[in-house]
Amino acid sequence: MAETQGGRSLVVDAVTHRYPSGALAVENINLDIKGGEIIALLGPSGCGKTTLLRIIAGFIAQSQGRIIIGDDIVDALPPNRRAVGIVFQNYALFPHLSISENVGYGLAARGVDKATRQREAQRLLELVQLPTMSERLPRQLSGGQQQRVALARALAIKPSILLLDEPFAALDKNLRLDMQIEVKRLQRVSGITTLIVTHDQEEALSMADRVAVLSHGKLEQFGSPSDVYDRPQTLFVNTFVGASNRMPGVVVSADRTAAKVRLDAGAEIIARPAGGALTEGGRVTVCIRPEHLQFVGDETGFAGVVGMSLPLGATVVHEVTTADGSGVKVSQARIGETRALESGAAVRLAPLAPSLANAFPATL
Amino acid sequence: MGTAPASRDVTSYGMGLAAPLALFFLVFFVAPLLQLLWLSLHNDTAALHWGFGQYLHFLTDPFSLGVLGSTLLLGAEVTAVCLVLGFPIAWLYQRVGPRLQTIIILIVLLPLLTSVVVRTFAWIVILGRQGIINATLQSLGIIDTPLKLLYTQFGVVIALAQVQMPLMTLPLITALGRIDPNLDDASCSLGAGSWRTFFRVVLPLSLPGVIAGCTLTYAAAITAFITQSLIGGGQMLFMPMYLYQQASTLQNWPFASAISIIFLLAVLAVVSVFTTLGRMSRGYGGA
Ligand SMILES: Nc1ncnc2c1ncn2[C@@H]1O[C@H](COP(=O)(O)OP(=O)(O)OP(=O)(O)O)[C@@H](O)[C@H]1O
Ligand SMILES: [Mg+2]
Repeated sequence: MAETQGGRSLVVDAVTHRYPSGALAVENINLDIKGGEIIALLGPSGCGKTTLLRIIAGFIAQSQGRIIIGDDIVDALPPNRRAVGIVFQNYALFPHLSISENVGYGLAARGVDKATRQREAQRLLELVQLPTMSERLPRQLSGGQQQRVALARALAIKPSILLLDEPFAALDKNLRLDMQIEVKRLQRVSGITTLIVTHDQEEALSMADRVAVLSHGKLEQFGSPSDVYDRPQTLFVNTFVGASNRMPGVVVSADRTAAKVRLDAGAEIIARPAGGALTEGGRVTVCIRPEHLQFVGDETGFAGVVGMSLPLGATVVHEVTTADGSGVKVSQARIGETRALESGAAVRLAPLAPSLANAFPATL
Repeated sequence: MGTAPASRDVTSYGMGLAAPLALFFLVFFVAPLLQLLWLSLHNDTAALHWGFGQYLHFLTDPFSLGVLGSTLLLGAEVTAVCLVLGFPIAWLYQRVGPRLQTIIILIVLLPLLTSVVVRTFAWIVILGRQGIINATLQSLGIIDTPLKLLYTQFGVVIALAQVQMPLMTLPLITALGRIDPNLDDASCSLGAGSWRTFFRVVLPLSLPGVIAGCTLTYAAAITAFITQSLIGGGQMLFMPMYLYQQASTLQNWPFASAISIIFLLAVLAVVSVFTTLGRMSRGYGGA
């Protein structure tokens, strides 16, 4: 493809935005994105993802901070001069224009003549695998097809940054997977720096080179998918990305790399201090993922009573009630004949390894 | 559950419910119209001799044709003024907060809430020789002799435009409100400036509202008897007044009937041009 120009870098520098209504939507966000990267903005509803996207596109002027694309500070540029392509969640195709005219719209705005426009639109429609749809109107296309057209329309202006706001939310599961692969393929070919907004963690982890996790307008963590999943820096990230058991406890002793924690459930375990230094005697919340807990035969670990076992295909999830009355989930791979666990059976549980239990200072 | 009747298709309800309206329509609209047609097909005032004489008279009489022409032109001018002034108001309405929206709606509706007579006399006060405009311009030294505003085409157009403005603005507000605001943003992010966005996206998508507004404004403007007569004065004659003179003053009912039929057909023709234009621009259906 001709436009392998290596996308431009994007820096979000200490951006804060407060809506006129007084709502603080994003607060001191810093992102340093290299040219050609795919970044996922992940967070629950209302955490400020769309706001940040609209600030980068230029639809909203942030209250504080700077947006830098390549070497240029773009804060003074209106959206139509930022060369940022954006795909809206509802696609926002022009309903009165044909597919070909939709894709060629950005080129028309740049004064490209009609013949070139049509040729380019056709080329892009082939790229998104809709070569025969050019004369139709948007309403004559399915949701997934409209999505592809929206993508082609955004790519037509050869943007230096591509922004996608919940691009796959409206698609059913199979189509969503197809489109995820498709977007990733197009992104690899074109090398355009891409920012995908999503509240679907699987989507973020599978598509992105790096994931930025947001909560209540603040950046919780910005790192590779494995960083975010395996080495979460905050309790929020640990529980929002992937499932996790939260177990309260008290620090017995701690250094920089390991902490001995006495769980309220009744065992001493070694955990990784994940959210900064821990103080002896302080309350902590330990997060352990269901797949990182194992049943142990000896007297190590903490005791519990099995409640219910749910066979979920490749894994079996057991619900166990611990001595302090809280529930934990344990997920076991189903290898051959897994030990059947009766409801009411007494078991003992322990983390697979110390590095797989994360301790965060408890917040009240 | 099995015995519960499936909800009835709306089309299967008897037409009986529409009967009162149909009857009303028949008695007060269709019957008079037929009577009008019957009358117009007589050559003499006593309505004894059948013929197309009245129509022939109208269509070969330069004076009558002039009145028809100037009435249709008046409608076009009022519609154009309303469209040009009403569009920005409707556009503004969609871009301000709820409190300002209420104020705008109130201002838009105000002409409808004032009595036509009061409103028209207000315009006479404003436009007259010693009226507000002339007095102001003279005291500022911009003009020496008063401008003739009252009893002119200009005066009639302005006064009618003010009255008919809600008929234009309300459909426009509805049409603009249906446009997905993301389309604006999409157009902008694709590199289009505000004017291109307006002409390529906003205007085409608001066409249904434009057509509806124009049709309503046009029909209301050309039939506005009181405003036309009072602001236009004796020198200007439009179809409603012409009709009135023929029927009431000259008691020439067959000719008056022919005038109304011709007027009706002319208006229908103009309205169908509007609708055809609307259908040709495939500007709606989406969103
Ligand atoms: N136009 C606005 N005026 C005032 N507050 C707003 C406006 N738009 C968004 N907000 C507020 O700012 C916060 C962030 O909103 P935003 O739309 O960025 O969230 P989001 O992360 O995109 O959520 P979702 O996943 O539901 O789309 C929310 O609390 C929201 O109520
Ligand atoms: Mg959003």
